[in-house]
Amino acid sequence: MMDAGRHPNIKLMTYCDVQEMSGYVGRFKVKVLQRPRYVDIDLCTGCGACVEACVFKRGVPNEFDAGLSRRRGVYIPMNGQGVPMKAVIDEDACLLLDKGKCVKKCMEVCPTNAINFDQKPETVELEVGTIVVATGFNVFDAARLSAFGYGKSPNILDGIQFERMSSATGPTQGQILTAEGKKPERVAIIHCVGSRDKNANAYCSRVCCMYAMKHAHLVRDKTGAEVFEFYMDIRAFGKGYEEFYERVQEEGVYFVRGRGAEVTVQDGGQLQVKAEDTTLGIPVQINVDMVVLATAMEAQPDAGKVASTFGLSRSADGFFQEAHPKLRPFHTNTEGVFLAGTCQSPKDVPDTVAHASAAAAEALTLLSRGEVIISPTTALVDDQLCSGCMTCIALCPYTAISFTIKGVSGTALVNEALCKGCGTCVAACPAGAITARHFSDKQIWAEIEGLFRAPSAEPVKETL
Amino acid sequence: MTEQTFQPHIIGFLCNWCTYTAADTAGVGRMEQPPNVDVVRVMCSGRIDPAFVLKAFAEGADGVIVSGCHPPGDCHYNNGNFKTFRRMPLLEMLLQQYGIEKERFHWGWISGAEAPKWAQLVRDFTTQVRDLGPLDWKQELASKEE
Repeated sequence: MMDAGRHPNIKLMTYCDVQEMSGYVGRFKVKVLQRPRYVDIDLCTGCGACVEACVFKRGVPNEFDAGLSRRRGVYIPMNGQGVPMKAVIDEDACLLLDKGKCVKKCMEVCPTNAINFDQKPETVELEVGTIVVATGFNVFDAARLSAFGYGKSPNILDGIQFERMSSATGPTQGQILTAEGKKPERVAIIHCVGSRDKNANAYCSRVCCMYAMKHAHLVRDKTGAEVFEFYMDIRAFGKGYEEFYERVQEEGVYFVRGRGAEVTVQDGGQLQVKAEDTTLGIPVQINVDMVVLATAMEAQPDAGKVASTFGLSRSADGFFQEAHPKLRPFHTNTEGVFLAGTCQSPKDVPDTVAHASAAAAEALTLLSRGEVIISPTTALVDDQLCSGCMTCIALCPYTAISFTIKGVSGTALVNEALCKGCGTCVAACPAGAITARHFSDKQIWAEIEGLFRAPSAEPVKETL
Repeated sequence: MTEQTFQPHIIGFLCNWCTYTAADTAGVGRMEQPPNVDVVRVMCSGRIDPAFVLKAFAEGADGVIVSGCHPPGDCHYNNGNFKTFRRMPLLEMLLQQYGIEKERFHWGWISGAEAPKWAQLVRDFTTQVRDLGPLDWKQELASKEE
């Protein structure tokens, strides 16, 4: 991200929404809404003086720390490590913008006078050749499965919260502590929260087994606490992953084969995990100080909107659909639009890097070639037969058909660069003047006739 | 050919992007489905001239399936499925006027992600047409001419 931000040929636009996309491969027009950050990005040096000065000391939950810490109305994203490293004012948290009343300490202290409360949303129009969609994933909200008790105790954490807690830049500077500020003595980690569960998502999120084992390793390493992993199957699928699984076992983590069934908060705040140990065939209950839920990866909540903006389709699980599951895993059915990373399916870091690199390479290949190969399946008007009724013109979804006057009458004309070959005009032409190349009436009629000559529909044994 | 072993011949006109993909996925996924449906691929369900369906019945099809992308937003060509949506109800009426039972003609939507739905449709529709028996329209015409 830092490299992308510094690269002379990359223009990074943050805090933006893509509103519209039109055009076609090589010449997309994209309308981008630049939301106001109320800080002049060219003047801001990222010194953080405004953050210190902000009078809204209580602040709002910090999304970067998954709600474990709080941030003020003005902040530098990602706890000061964001790219670009510039301040931004949150409209909903800033006292001036939200409540209309503030002493504006931030403006006073800013050494470069970068703060500007008069910024308005701006629409920018871009012309681009190719597009890579890399909108990422959403962490499953564990509160949707009430049995795991998420939200009932501050010591029940989801995957991201634990990740932040164990990070050196996190709210506890990397110490693993319960809400009471003590080192936990027993920790339970529950796999498949929101994955492989018909009540949430039927698919496997792929990454959770490995990150849950990493969490177990961190707990063992940092606190020496006893760790219980409740799992259905361990899917250590990647290079070196099985070895890591063995290492974590050797470190003394207890693996309990059985989906965690219920997490309850006892009197006095202690947590109890109930599950069935399917290798022993007995129900178990274990009292612990902290529960970490290995939460699933889900499609972004606005994936539907993004899909319709870029002409993508989505698979049944909500992620964007690739053009072919094996051979075109990062292409889409819209020429010139590619997918990168977890917006297409759950992926771990190496898979995401591979997927995204492939998408970037393909996007660049198209650009450097300078010309695109279009499909030959376009419509063709026979102007000898065209009566100029203009029925087709209104039907074309790409406005690829124009009307040319020749003498007293006119005929329709298809622009082959715009035509995508859907054939709607062909089916509608009352004069039969339009041919869909490779899907002509003649060809389809011959196909139908052929189906009745071939020895298909032979009597077969009843199998169903 | 007894009623028990009658194997209907069904023609499916499928759009390339949704239902054809679903049918392909159903095959790749080894989903169980009877072999009675022969598929004619078109780029968009909006390409399906109602004459294709009539032609299929005239050639001797016992049933016809027309399937494309879910309206409103799934169509690869923005709104080709809406044209299908306009044409097929009219065609359905026309077929009944020709004396073809409406159970022999199915039109609808199956997205590329709905392979199990396609396999289910093939199973159900084959049973449905098999129960109706053959569409003996060629033989009937021949007997009348005699």
